[in-house]
Amino acid sequence: MAHLHDEKIKELEKKANEIRQTLIESLIEAGSGHSAGPLGMADIFTLLYFHVLEHDPKKPDWPERDRLVLSNGHICPVQYATMAHAGYFSIKETKTLRKLGTRLQGHPHRTSLPGLETTSGPLGSGLSQAVGMAIALRMDGKKNIVYCLMSDGEHDAGQTWEAAMLAGREKLWNLVAIMDRNNIQIDGNTEDIMPLEPLRAKYEAFGWHVIDVGGHDFQELNSAIDEAKAVFEKPTMIIAHTIPGKGVEYMERDFRWHGVPPGKGPEDKFPRDKQGAEAIKELRTLWGRIKSEHE
Amino acid sequence: MSVNPKSKLVKEVLDLKKVGQAPTRNGYGEGLVEAGRKDKNVVVLCADLTESTRSEAFAKEFPERFVQMGVAEQNMASVASGMAAVGKIPFISSYAMFSPGRNWEQIRTTICYNERHVIIGGAHAGVSVGPDGATHQAIEDIAITRVLPNMTVIVPCDAVEAKKATVASVGLKGAVYLRFAREKTPVFTTDKTPFKVGRAEILWDSSGSPSLRSGRSRLDVAVIACGPLVHNALLAAADLEKKGIKVRVINNHTIKPMDEKTILKAAKDAGALVTVEEHQINGGMGSAVAEIITRNYPVPIEFVGVKNRFGESGEPTELIEHFGMSSKHIIEAARRAIKRK
Repeated sequence: MAHLHDEKIKELEKKANEIRQTLIESLIEAGSGHSAGPLGMADIFTLLYFHVLEHDPKKPDWPERDRLVLSNGHICPVQYATMAHAGYFSIKETKTLRKLGTRLQGHPHRTSLPGLETTSGPLGSGLSQAVGMAIALRMDGKKNIVYCLMSDGEHDAGQTWEAAMLAGREKLWNLVAIMDRNNIQIDGNTEDIMPLEPLRAKYEAFGWHVIDVGGHDFQELNSAIDEAKAVFEKPTMIIAHTIPGKGVEYMERDFRWHGVPPGKGPEDKFPRDKQGAEAIKELRTLWGRIKSEHE
Repeated sequence: MSVNPKSKLVKEVLDLKKVGQAPTRNGYGEGLVEAGRKDKNVVVLCADLTESTRSEAFAKEFPERFVQMGVAEQNMASVASGMAAVGKIPFISSYAMFSPGRNWEQIRTTICYNERHVIIGGAHAGVSVGPDGATHQAIEDIAITRVLPNMTVIVPCDAVEAKKATVASVGLKGAVYLRFAREKTPVFTTDKTPFKVGRAEILWDSSGSPSLRSGRSRLDVAVIACGPLVHNALLAAADLEKKGIKVRVINNHTIKPMDEKTILKAAKDAGALVTVEEHQINGGMGSAVAEIITRNYPVPIEFVGVKNRFGESGEPTELIEHFGMSSKHIIEAARRAIKRK
């Protein structure tokens, strides 16, 4: 994996922007769903699917693939959009999100969509599943890496810590967890709802290797994943500090955008009937940097 | 005595002094070892109850395939789901109150809805747990498991059947719930007793009894039971038969998918049913029987089980009596059912 060259970073940035547009369009079409988390995790998903993961979109059940477990299933619009861009299915299909008969269920359903490693949504159970996969792969002498993407809010759930304890005891070198540390959950800011800090010290106490990174810095993220793979005596937690709503300015850092799509959110910056168009415009023009945009 | 000869029960089935005794959880322990020997993908996870769930023998023989989970049943269910994703066949062991009790949502979402093959071994089900009291007496577990799609629910009647069910679970698909009891109960089936998941077995049938052949041709009542109380149903049947009442006793070990054919035939042959289970009447095996009967062939049903209460401390036999599930209560229920025809 090594160092990312400037060209590669540019390519990833472009891809992440396209993925943000796709996921916002799918949310507008769906009329419900979560906005802030998916936007905030778009860079991480892009890096994983377009650089890090050993996977084959044409053979989703390839046994030698790495496993990506999405624990906080409600951010699935970003996973769907990324998978579509990676070639698992057509980008057009992302418009079926949350509609009757869709493979893109409101929360991910594994057997509906090839390429999903699990069914998720109820918070706090993803790390356990990832731990189970890592233990089983190790039993079989396999080298595949299990990546578990988690939210910060789901650290309110006791099960997360049960899994963290077990992973620490088992010294699961093949497990890399990435926490979306965006500081928001549905009811407010995480530190107001149920203080989580010091997260680094907590995971270290449970026997994990912990790395803090900027969640929108491809270089830092990539180095952290390389480091995690080089730590052979412990599981690794990458605490990715992200901006919820990243890429759509009027949503950024605002917990009120956790669980609603454009068109259904707070109206203090844009009225509901303008929210969708504004979000797409921001992403298409790269926040005004491209002046020639005609919408 | 009208024991169905095809059921190959032990000869001393009705003699409480002579019939062997063992808890059904012992059969689970033996079954785990046999399943482990047959299939190297079988793994066992246990939540700090290795001895009392009888997971110990497997842990000793296959330490590399045993995972001690600590007191963390929710984690255990989801870890098992993850292991199944990589091709393992996990059995998860705890008390039924905690698994599938405490971890029901994890079982629902990460195992059943996620279509993973995981076997849930729930020990210490029923009030016969005894002195530990209601906190540890699962009497809701059949209801909460049978309501789940992609779930098979099996309640073995004795230790021999428990072993068969455990071994058979490996070959099933999706989630499987195996319900076991703590207390020793009669071991009245044998290795030769037929056992097939999804097929109820007729253990007793008075209509075939030579001494009664001159009487009415049809049965008077059929008793459909599961778990160790099947033995109480047999004792009740022997007593009823002596008084000229013709009875069929069915060991309805698979609650889901239920053997509709055998249940409906019993309703047609007898015209009145009694269901017997060491579980809440609400939502349990009897309710599942009633769902089949009301849709297809309505007949009176009397339900023997716990009546919308929690358990309590006491000796197992005292509790079975106290909560109205002894052979005496089954006899009374049979008479009520017949009267309602």
